[in-house]
Amino acid sequence: MKDAGFIIASYVVTFASIGVFSFVVLRRSRSAARDIRPEDRPWS
Amino acid sequence: MKSMLRTARTIASKDLRIELRSRVVTNQVIPFAALVMILFAFALDSDAVLERVAPGLVWLATIFSVLFIVARSFALETADGALEALRAAGVDPMGIFLGKTLALATQLIALEAVLVGASVVLYRADVSASGGVLLVTTSVLATVGLASVGTLYGGLAAGAKGRETLLPLLLLPVVAPVLIGATRATESAFGTNGIDVSEGWPWLGLLAVFAVLFSVVGTVAFGPLVDD
Amino acid sequence: MTTRVARDRVTGTPFTRGLGIVTIAGIVWLVIFGLFVTPADVNQGETVRIMYAHVPGAWLAYLAFIVTALSSAMYLWRRTRSLTWDRIAGASAEIGVLFMGISLVTGSLWGRLTWGTFWTWDARLTTTAFLFVTYIGYLAVRNLGGTHHQRARRSAVLALLAVLEIPLVHFSVEIWNSLHQEASVAGNTDVTMDGLMLFTLFLGVIVFTLMYVWMLLHRQRALTLEDMLDDTGLDRALAARRAEAGVS
Repeated sequence: MKDAGFIIASYVVTFASIGVFSFVVLRRSRSAARDIRPEDRPWS
Repeated sequence: MKSMLRTARTIASKDLRIELRSRVVTNQVIPFAALVMILFAFALDSDAVLERVAPGLVWLATIFSVLFIVARSFALETADGALEALRAAGVDPMGIFLGKTLALATQLIALEAVLVGASVVLYRADVSASGGVLLVTTSVLATVGLASVGTLYGGLAAGAKGRETLLPLLLLPVVAPVLIGATRATESAFGTNGIDVSEGWPWLGLLAVFAVLFSVVGTVAFGPLVDD
Repeated sequence: MTTRVARDRVTGTPFTRGLGIVTIAGIVWLVIFGLFVTPADVNQGETVRIMYAHVPGAWLAYLAFIVTALSSAMYLWRRTRSLTWDRIAGASAEIGVLFMGISLVTGSLWGRLTWGTFWTWDARLTTTAFLFVTYIGYLAVRNLGGTHHQRARRSAVLALLAVLEIPLVHFSVEIWNSLHQEASVAGNTDVTMDGLMLFTLFLGVIVFTLMYVWMLLHRQRALTLEDMLDDTGLDRALAARRAEAGVS
C-alpha cells in the first residue's frame, strides 16, 4: 500500500489516544471511588 | 436604567482617576507596545516588508497590550476584594461592566493613537485625510469590541489563580475577528499595496457586528459571571 | 465489601459494558474495512483511508461541543439547574477536545499526502484550530476552583459565549481567506464515492458515536465521583488524621 506509514500512523494516533483517555478516566474514577460507598453512586 | 448609567460613569471615572494617579498604562503599557513595534522591525528587518505588514503589527501590538490593561483593570478590583464589596453593596453588575468597558476603551484609544503615530514614524505608513476618517472609525469600533470582550473575560478570570496565563488563552481566539477586520481596514487607510480607501469601509461591518454583539452580551452575562 | 472491590466496575453498568463490547467490535470492523476491504479512491488513492478515521472524529467533535452548549443552557435555565448538566457539559467538552485534536492530526497527515502540506489557511481548518483552543480554555476555566456551582456557572456562560464566537470567527476567517485565493485547495476534492466507501464512512460515524456515548457516560460518572470526593474531602481527611493519631 502506498503511503502506508502515514495511513497507519493516523489510525494509531486515533485509537491510541482514545484508548489512553479511556484508561485514564477509568483509573481516576477507580481511585476516586475508593472512598465512596458503591450504594452512593446514583447510577448503580 | 438611569442608575445603571450613573454607576457606569462612577466606575469609569474611578478607573480613569486611578490611572491618572498611578500612570501604569502611560508609563508601562504604552512603552511596552512601542517596544513591541520596534522589536517587530528588528525581526522583519526590511523596509518593504514592514511597510506591507504595518497595519497588522499595529493591531497585534494593541491586542497584546489589551491583555495587560485588562489584567491591570481587574487587579485593581480583586486586590482588596473591591469587586466582591461592590457586588455585596448591591451595585448593578451591568453598570460595573459598562463602566469598566468605558475606562478600558478610553485607555485603548490613547494607546492606538500612539501606535498609529509610531507606525507612521517607524514603518513609513502614510495617512491621507480620507484615510484618517476611516482610521478613526475603525479604531472606535475595534476599541468598543476589544474593550467589551476584554472586560467580559477579564471579569471571568479575575481572582482566579493562574489568571495571567488564562486570560490570553481565553481572549486571543475571541478577538481574531477584530484583528482581521481592523487590519484590513487599516491597510486601506494606510494605502498599503495600493489598496484604495473605499475598500476598507466594508470591513467596518464586521467590526460593528462584533462591537454590538459583545457589548450587549457582555452587559447581560457579566452579572452571572462575577456573581459568586 | 472487600470481596466486591476487586470486581467493582465503579463507573460501569451492564449497559456501558455491553456498549463497550459493541464499540470494540465496531472499531475492529472499521479498521478492517477502512484499511483492507475498501478500494483506493480514484483521485486520492490510498490516502482516502485516513478519511474513515478523520471525518467521523471531526463530526463527533462538533457534536460533543453542541452537547456542551445544550447542557450548559440546561444548567443556566433555572428550572433544570442541576450539576449533572454541568458535568455532562464538562465531560462532553473534554471528549470534544480529544476528538478535535485527533482529527487535526489525522487531517494534517492526510493534507501532507494529498496537498503536499500539513496545513493550509483554509477557513474550515482555521476555524477548527480556533475552536480547539477555545475549548482548551473552557477546560482551563473548569479547573479554576471555587464551589461546584461557581464552576458550573462560569463554564456554562463561557460555553454559550463560544457558540456565539465560533460563527463570527468562521465568517471573518472566510472573508479574510477570500483574499488569498491560493488556499482553496479544500474545494477541489469533492469525490464521488462508491457504495462501499460511503458505507465505511457511515460505519465510522456510528462507531465514533458509540465511542462518544461510552466515554461520555464514564467521564460524567467519574466527574460525579470527583465532586462527591470534594464534598466529603474535609470529613475524610479529618477521619484519616484521627485514625493516624489512634483516636477513634
